[in-house]
Amino acid sequence: MSVLRRWAIALFVLLLGRKQRAPRLADRERIVPEGAPDQPAEWLLLALLLAAAGASVGFIVVYSFNHLGHQTQYLGLALGLAFAFVAAAFLVVAKRLIVSEELEHEYPLPSHPSAREEIEQLVDESGDRFTRKRLLLAGAGTAAGAIGAALVVPVLSLGPFLDTDPFYDTPWRRGVRLVDEAGRPFLLDEVEPETFYTAYAEGAGKEQIGSPIVVVRFDPAELDLPAARSDWTPGGVVAYSKICTHAGCAIAIFRKPTFPAVEPGPALICPCHYSTFDPTRAAKVTFGPAGRPLPQLPLAVDGKGQLRAAGNFSGPVGPSWWGVRTRKPRNPS
Amino acid sequence: MTRLLVLVVLALGLPTSAAGQPGLGVKSKSGKSLYSAYCLSCHGVDGSGVTSSSEPRGVLDVRGLGPPLNDVGALGADFYLTTGYMPLENPHEQPRHTKSTFDKQEIAALVKYVASLGHGPAIPTPHPERGDVAAGLAQFTEHCAGCHQVVAEGGYVTNAVAPPLHNATPVQIAEAVRVGPFLMPRFPKSQISDGQLDSIIAYLQLAKHPDDRGGWSLGRIGPVPEGLVTWLIAAAALVGCCLVIGKRFQQ
Repeated sequence: MSVLRRWAIALFVLLLGRKQRAPRLADRERIVPEGAPDQPAEWLLLALLLAAAGASVGFIVVYSFNHLGHQTQYLGLALGLAFAFVAAAFLVVAKRLIVSEELEHEYPLPSHPSAREEIEQLVDESGDRFTRKRLLLAGAGTAAGAIGAALVVPVLSLGPFLDTDPFYDTPWRRGVRLVDEAGRPFLLDEVEPETFYTAYAEGAGKEQIGSPIVVVRFDPAELDLPAARSDWTPGGVVAYSKICTHAGCAIAIFRKPTFPAVEPGPALICPCHYSTFDPTRAAKVTFGPAGRPLPQLPLAVDGKGQLRAAGNFSGPVGPSWWGVRTRKPRNPS
Repeated sequence: MTRLLVLVVLALGLPTSAAGQPGLGVKSKSGKSLYSAYCLSCHGVDGSGVTSSSEPRGVLDVRGLGPPLNDVGALGADFYLTTGYMPLENPHEQPRHTKSTFDKQEIAALVKYVASLGHGPAIPTPHPERGDVAAGLAQFTEHCAGCHQVVAEGGYVTNAVAPPLHNATPVQIAEAVRVGPFLMPRFPKSQISDGQLDSIIAYLQLAKHPDDRGGWSLGRIGPVPEGLVTWLIAAAALVGCCLVIGKRFQQ
C-alpha cells in the first residue's frame, strides 16, 4: 500500500513540477493576436472539471450499493452528468479561453520544418490566455481519472467473485413447508401426476432466487435417482429449483408424454434457450446450453400429509458462473 | 387368442372394397364399425390399447401403437376427433390440427362409442361469457404462455411444436386443458378451476383479434421482428440525417 502511495505522490509531483518548455520562437512575429487572460472562465473551467469528477465518483458510490431503488436510473444520471460537465468544460475552453484566429491560407503540410514550427507557434500562442495551466491540467487529469474509474468499475459485475455467499443462501431447510402462489400448503395426496406445480418456501419472498421450485409427481417406478436421494421423493413427488442453471430463467415448460411408447419422455424445459432436463433422472441435462442439472430439493411429508423440505438443495441455485460447481450450498439443517 | 379371433371377425365383417383405409370412407355410420376401421389397429379391441409392437397386428396388417381409451371418455374422444388429431397416419408423429376425416355425424357416433368403453368424463360446456379477460390473461400467462406464447401464437418445446390456438374452439380448449394432448401437461380442476378456465377461454377469444395499437402486428411474436423493424427504420432515418447535414455543409 505504501509503495502505491509513494508512486502516486511521485506521479503527482512529476506532473506539477514538470519543467516548462522554453519559450522558443519568442522573437518571431505573432500569428495569433494576444488575448487577455480570462480568470473567471478559468475558474469556471476548473469547477466544471471537478463537477465531472464528482459525478463520476457519484456513479461509483451508487454502483457500490446493492439494494438501491431506481439504481439504474441513478447510474445513468451520474454518468450523463459527468459527460455533460465535460462537454460544458470543452465549450468554455473553445469559446472563452482559446484565442482564435481565422487563417486565410491553408495549413501547410506538417512535414516541412518551418511549417511545423509555425503550427507549434500557433498552438503555443492559442494557449496564451491560460494563466494557471498546471492547476487546470491537474483538474482535467482528475476528471479524466474519475470518469475512467467510473467506466471500469462495472467490470466487477461480471461475476460475484468477491462475495458469493448470498447466492448459496436459500430459504429451504429441514421442515420448511411448500406453499403455492396463494400461500396454501401442498398436500401430498392432492399433487397429481402428469402436471406440474410451482411451489415456494413458506415465509420467503417469491422473488428470492432460491425460493421457487417445480413439483412433479411420477410413478415411483419411473424414477431413476442416485441411491443417496432415494428417500427424497415421498410418493414419487420430486422437486427441483425452478431457476435454470444456464441463464437463470424460470423453468416454465413441463413436457409430459401422453403415450410414452411413441413419444419423447418427460422433461422440464426452460423457454429461454430450451435447456431440457429429465426430472425422472435427477434433472440431468438432455438438451440445450445448461451445464449442470437443476438442484434437487429433498422432500418429506409431515403428520398432516403436507409436503415439507427435508433439507437444502443438492447444489447451488441459479445461473452458473466461474467456480460455481466447486462449492456446495450451506446446509443449515 | 380371443383377441385374434375378434380381429379376424371384425376384419371379415368390414366392407371388402374400402376396408379400413383412412380417407376411403366406410359406408356404415355406426360408431363401432368406424372404430374398427380407423382406430382399432392402434387402440386395440374395445379401446384396450396396443402397448408393444410385438402384439398382434391390426386390421389389414397395420402395425400400430396406441394408448388404451377406456377412461378418456367423450371429452377425450371429442377433442382428438374434432381437431383432426386422430386418426393419425403415423403413430410416431405429432398430431396436428387439421380438418377432420369424419363428418359431424360420424364424430358423434365415434364419441358415443368411445364413451361407452369406460367411465370417462363428458364433453365440457365452457362459459367464456362468464369469464374475466384480465384474470384469464393472468392464468394463461402462468400456465400456458410458456409454450403457447402470450397471445397464443404457438411456439416450440424440445422435440415438439406447441400449436397456435387461434383455430381452437372454446370446447376444444376446455378439453385440451383437461386431456393434456401429446406432450402437454394435464391440468386438473385443483390447478385450473372451471371458472378460471372460462376466463382463460374468454382471454383467448380476445387474443384471436387483439388490438394492435401500433397498427402493425408483426406476427405478434415479440421483440425480434419489432427490433428488426425499429433498426431498419432508425438506420434509414440516420442515413437521411447524414445526407441533410452533408448537403447543408456543402452550401
